[in-house]
Amino acid sequence: MEVKITINGQEVSRDVEPRTLLVHFIRDTPGLTGTHWGCDTSNCGACVVLMDGKPVKSCTTLAAMCVGHEIRTVESLERNGQLDPVQLGFHEKHGLHCGFCTPGMLMTTRALLDHNPNPTEQEIRTAISGAICRCTGYKNIVSAVRWAAEHEAATKQEA
Amino acid sequence: MQTPAPFEYERATTVEGAIATLAKIGPEARLIAGGHSLLPMMKLRLANPEYLIDINDLDELSYIDERITEIRIGALTRHAELLESELLARRAPVFRDAEEVIADPVVRNRGTIGGSLCQADAAEDLSAVCAALKATVVLRGPEGERTTGMNGFYIGPFTTAVGADEMLTEVRIPLRSGAGSAHEKVERRAGDFAIAAVSAAVWIEGGVITDAGLALGALGPTTIIATRAEELLKSKPPSGELFAQAGGIAKEDCSPVPDGRGPVDYKRHLASVLSVRALRRATARALQHEDR
Repeated sequence: MEVKITINGQEVSRDVEPRTLLVHFIRDTPGLTGTHWGCDTSNCGACVVLMDGKPVKSCTTLAAMCVGHEIRTVESLERNGQLDPVQLGFHEKHGLHCGFCTPGMLMTTRALLDHNPNPTEQEIRTAISGAICRCTGYKNIVSAVRWAAEHEAATKQEA
Repeated sequence: MQTPAPFEYERATTVEGAIATLAKIGPEARLIAGGHSLLPMMKLRLANPEYLIDINDLDELSYIDERITEIRIGALTRHAELLESELLARRAPVFRDAEEVIADPVVRNRGTIGGSLCQADAAEDLSAVCAALKATVVLRGPEGERTTGMNGFYIGPFTTAVGADEMLTEVRIPLRSGAGSAHEKVERRAGDFAIAAVSAAVWIEGGVITDAGLALGALGPTTIIATRAEELLKSKPPSGELFAQAGGIAKEDCSPVPDGRGPVDYKRHLASVLSVRALRRATARALQHEDR
């Protein structure tokens, strides 16, 4: 079937089997391999992308289900050479070691801050509870999200 | 790489259209909403539908409405919406208790109440919630609608009273005065299926329990309604001793199986302890409302 999805503002179209999962559509068709394909069982959160602004696990979503919806992947965070505050936060606070979970963590964080610009530590921990990191022990990730929230608020004030 | 076996896909634009397709294709057709239970099962070949009818566009099935005598919840209402509903938090707080511990926030953006009930996984929390609240569900088929209570909804593991050509369209939560409800769950780690879970509801008038609901999750082949415990609680004033007796009955009347989540005696122990805790919290909430 012909599946046409808007990914990062670009329409992407391909003839695929209905059983094609969103994560594979994203990685194969526009070749956006930033979205990681992890556990395949909707547990690990490495494959999280935004669907109409809400985080979803792309390994457990059919590409066909996304026709007519806006998908945002980790590649959309950087704009005009400027990193998103969330990316800067993970850089500043060393919110990763191996980096495999990072795309999902970044998109989950982006959705959190869009919804709640000043989250508490508990709110951050709840928000990322659908994403597994086997390296950091989460401490630096939580710090990174806090840094992003504070930095984003400061940037908005300046503007 | 895990991929479901091939199937045909159709996106429904109306409830009637989806039901017509179910009737035409027969039992090999399945409705898909959030897909967070069905797709993993299809990847593992535990479910092999040949035809999927995507109902995610049926916005008319997404609502939480308060009526005089009941709350009506559309089948396509997502877990995240149930969690955030102030109406449910006020009138049926067992929903928020359960939603806080169902999967994780990202999964909750997709999963729906209708899908959860129809999946009929014994460890699924909303089944216990709806059973304790004595909810009824609306099933629509080619011939029209019928309603059924939660008692009799679960026929066996992953099997419900919903016919092959029917769709669960609505869940109705009765509203009665003096109500309090709570959900208790023990899980190995955040977001996991329950080792055991219990939903309790009580209705208290003049210091006496007029009616009670007690439902056990992950403690048998289906969600178990602890009817003997419910009967025991009726027409008595709430007390720790009474709840301990009800917990004792829940412990006897459940039928857990040993698995990676724990042995039988531990699960029976949880049935008792969680029943007591859920009844205690439900009662505290009912009495709070009575004071107002």
